[in-house]
Amino acid sequence: MTGAERVLPPAAERVVLRHSALTRICHWINTIAFFALLTSGLQIFNAHPALNFGQTTEFARPLLSLAPNGFPSWATLPEAQDLAVGRRWHFFFAWALVLNGAVYLGDLVLRGGVRRLWPSAGDLKSIPRAIVDHARLRFPKGDEALSYNVLQKLAYLAAIAAFALLILAGLTMSPAIDAAFPWLVDLFGGRQSARAVHFLLASFLVAFVAVHLAMVVLSGPINNVASMVTGRYRIEEDEHEA
Amino acid sequence: MKRETKLTRRETLLKLIAGGGALSLSGCGLDARSPAALAVLESAETLTRLAQRALLAPREALAREYRPEDISSYFRPNGSTAPDDPDYQDALANGFADWRLEVGGLVEVPLRLSLADLRAFASRSQITRHDCVEGWSCIAQWKGARLGAVLAAARLKPQARFIAFSCADTLEQSLDGNGQYYETIDLVDAAHPQTILAYEMNGAPLPVEHGAPLRLRVERQLGYKMAKYVMRIEAIDGFAALGRGRGGFWEDRGYEWYAGI
Repeated sequence: MTGAERVLPPAAERVVLRHSALTRICHWINTIAFFALLTSGLQIFNAHPALNFGQTTEFARPLLSLAPNGFPSWATLPEAQDLAVGRRWHFFFAWALVLNGAVYLGDLVLRGGVRRLWPSAGDLKSIPRAIVDHARLRFPKGDEALSYNVLQKLAYLAAIAAFALLILAGLTMSPAIDAAFPWLVDLFGGRQSARAVHFLLASFLVAFVAVHLAMVVLSGPINNVASMVTGRYRIEEDEHEA
Repeated sequence: MKRETKLTRRETLLKLIAGGGALSLSGCGLDARSPAALAVLESAETLTRLAQRALLAPREALAREYRPEDISSYFRPNGSTAPDDPDYQDALANGFADWRLEVGGLVEVPLRLSLADLRAFASRSQITRHDCVEGWSCIAQWKGARLGAVLAAARLKPQARFIAFSCADTLEQSLDGNGQYYETIDLVDAAHPQTILAYEMNGAPLPVEHGAPLRLRVERQLGYKMAKYVMRIEAIDGFAALGRGRGGFWEDRGYEWYAGI
């Protein structure tokens, strides 16, 4: 705490603008797109509910198999087995995700947001302490709550990287894209590898969303959700240091 | 006291989230297959086609060709694997000796080609990866007459915009009689060097389960575009009058006409 902070009136909380309108809009478009892509993706997976590494499918030796039924119908979009409609949803929202992601990343770079996400050397040293704090569900207050902690930074960067790789792996499944950019096939080690990577990264993002939602709930759900809707975030001043 | 109310609120929210996750879309009253929803979703197909064509056009990009050792030991046959249509059965029994490929529609010179005639056209052999819309891939070697060479011999009329392929197999016994397999491609793909009418697979005459005597290869699109058991080729200016009007057997059943993805 700086000296300037200490002379402030002992207000228990203050309100800051945490997320710009653009960030908020991108967040919710991304939420809808992710949910549609995940459920339609499971529908597409179910048309051939097994994974392989390499260029081609080894039908007798899958890496992972959920044959014959794949994922339960309540988890797929549409609910009935319908690959054609699943593909329609998937590719529509793939475009939405990519265009929305480009706007978000463009804004992040242009307005210097990358610095807020990139962990500093000090951040990296504080990882053990951050893990202990998280395990005890002790969340930052006061000015500390204004910036992302090191675990948040690493998680958000990993999610952005996972989305980027996931999109590339998805594109590698397209025969036309493979003709235009053959290096993509090499990057993943084959079309079937790309399909497996696409699935594994989607699984990682499901885990990310689960932790993200748990953190939203545990660190003040109404305040967190409100800040992503209205942009306004209430900060509790740290009573111990006041 | 304060702590307790917070916990209750958390619990309520957790329950809400868990409940929301369990609700399927249909439970929310949203029909994911409604024509109105599909009409909006289909707009993405145009975007995909234009974007991919723009990426492919400048270099007339070829699909990757593989080495002989990459050829799959097992290549899954899909769709029809043994057409039971009587005309096809007769032609097969006869070793396709009297079989003729008809080339007609918007052409100056209609053709009737035997397998020997087709072998006389400029040919191409390629080892390529076959990507099924279901998600699996297999690699095989294909040899056939370049479609571009056959169409050049038939001389397309200026109105021709698509090439339609009528097949021998009835894949679905439908009430409206539209269960016959057919496909359409545009002239960009028709002229592509890797687009061939394949009569050989892995160095042997095309097996029945893979479309004997002749199948189409359109290497930059998915497997369902590559019609098997091709009997007739027609140059057309639109495909609204064919089948149910969407340009192919699977297209009539909801799949994309442009299958580059």
